Amino acid sequence: MTEPPLSRLLPVEAIMTTVHVADWRGAIRTSGELLVATGVTTEDYVRQMLEAVDEYGPYIVITPGLALAHARPSPAVLRTGLSWAGLASPVKFGHPQNDPVHLVIGLAAVDHDAHSSALSRLARILADRDRQEKLRGSERPEQVHALIAEYEES
Amino acid sequence: MKILAVCGMGIGTSVILTGNIEKAAHDLGLDAEIEVADIWTARGAAAGADVVMTSGELAAELGDVGVPVAVIDDFLDGDEVRARLATAVGR
Repeated sequence: MTEPPLSRLLPVEAIMTTVHVADWRGAIRTSGELLVATGVTTEDYVRQMLEAVDEYGPYIVITPGLALAHARPSPAVLRTGLSWAGLASPVKFGHPQNDPVHLVIGLAAVDHDAHSSALSRLARILADRDRQEKLRGSERPEQVHALIAEYEES
Repeated sequence: MKILAVCGMGIGTSVILTGNIEKAAHDLGLDAEIEVADIWTARGAAAGADVVMTSGELAAELGDVGVPVAVIDDFLDGDEVRARLATAVGR
């Protein structure tokens, strides 16, 4: 089965760069509001994303500087999608190794499988530190979107 | 051997980790079956696995499960995942 390209799961409207937030809650809320704005989830999901960190701790900070904010598949998820919140100034999530966070990627999935290949592709792109630096340095959402589409095709 | 990838929700971190575990197992020449479990089901599932791989925080939450637990700091770092898996299986 062919899965949707990242450019569709992460449209330019779901990308914000140089976002100003006060703390990790603000960072997660921003990534969640982008999911709401693009019709991926309801407001309930944003609350669930915050609760996930309250419950399990900042384990969502999966690599230095990057958090993958998400909650479980639930009725609050309308379709599978991603969001991208690049922060103007990094915030601490309380992670022992990977703080501070510059980028929060929001993820909502309708089930455990439908998005896995797209997410793996995104992980491969971000695992390349040079690419990640270039993406983080992008000042406009259009730039981030175009770079991801370009990397995915290469 | 069976490798259990544990995360909080079963949709995000574990998906990323699974891809790197597959690569690591292949590099180490291990015949591995990888299963994903969220933290709720992990305690029961761990008993049937040979190795558990997860983040430091979830490892602490999990406690002693009777099999080696490999802690991963950087989920995007394939080299780290391979090194931690190698140590856990004694290679």
